[in-house]
Amino acid sequence: MRTLEQTTQEVLDLAATHFQLPAGSLAPGDDFFKKLGLDSLQTLEMLSRLENHFGIELPDYEVQGVSDFKTLAERIQSRL
Amino acid sequence: MKSFTGKTLRWEWREGVIELTLDHQPANEIGTAMLAELEKFVAAFAALTPETSVCIISSARKSVFSAGGDLRELYATAAAVAAKDRRAGVRAFLERIHAVMNAIDESPCVSIAAVHGACLGGGLELALACDMIIADKMARFAFPELRLGFIPGFGGIPRLKRDLGNAFVRDLLFTGRTVNATRAQAVGLVAQLAGEGEALRIARSTAAQITKYDAVTRSAAKKFIKPIPREELRREIDLFCELFTRPAVMAALKKFVEDSGPMPYLP
Repeated sequence: MRTLEQTTQEVLDLAATHFQLPAGSLAPGDDFFKKLGLDSLQTLEMLSRLENHFGIELPDYEVQGVSDFKTLAERIQSRL
Repeated sequence: MKSFTGKTLRWEWREGVIELTLDHQPANEIGTAMLAELEKFVAAFAALTPETSVCIISSARKSVFSAGGDLRELYATAAAVAAKDRRAGVRAFLERIHAVMNAIDESPCVSIAAVHGACLGGGLELALACDMIIADKMARFAFPELRLGFIPGFGGIPRLKRDLGNAFVRDLLFTGRTVNATRAQAVGLVAQLAGEGEALRIARSTAAQITKYDAVTRSAAKKFIKPIPREELRREIDLFCELFTRPAVMAALKKFVEDSGPMPYLP
């Protein structure tokens, strides 16, 4: 079982890899909509990447209002 | 007409397979422009049927198969007429799109939706009219209509009910949530899962296999296992029109078209 810290780090790594950002350029408290410049289709794409990576389902209404990596990781953790 | 390039889509016939490619900026929204070209397509498809085994529908747009009905156009059109005249306008559009979906659904050819990215609302309804959905692992499916105060109107609920169990149908409809391709395959919505970017290649490979079999048997088998739920489709049009004319729908559509955020359908 992953710890929340591990989950958070994996979320950050996944986002950095997909958006071709330098490792360590994203922080748990960052607003991912602003930092990554996500539009509606990219948001769905990111959700798919997270679900595929963690092998979970994360209904979009559960991440409604979530905009920072740490809270996103907590929602993922609750599904692991 | 074996090939065509329009403003919103194109098609090409080759060796018994007709490929329809949706290519309408930004996200293959189905409005009057795409509807008119889809009508052209189903006419050409019907004429080519004797020499066609398979139809493949895919998208040329990045990250999206189709975002569904063109809600911006729907709102603008509805807002431009008096409330009492809205029902007739939306009914006329629905009658036309249902004719297109039914033509694809009941064609004796096998139809395959090769899906990548977002497949929402009317886009999912187009995929559901096909006999098989081959989805890449990044595909996501949803019926977000209830979030706007109406129901899917392009034949989605009757076709989903025809193909899948009630638990999934109600989950998809009542929550409006998006589901990933793995889940969609687990419930029977998706026939085959493809790697990222591989859905069209696998659809072509599947088409090549399907073309090997006897056309009469294939057509008879399709007619036997996939009846069109005509009565429910008619009721869906009536219900959509009834719901659509409520002021709450216009308010929800206005909010949607004015929202430039990354999650416009929420809540």
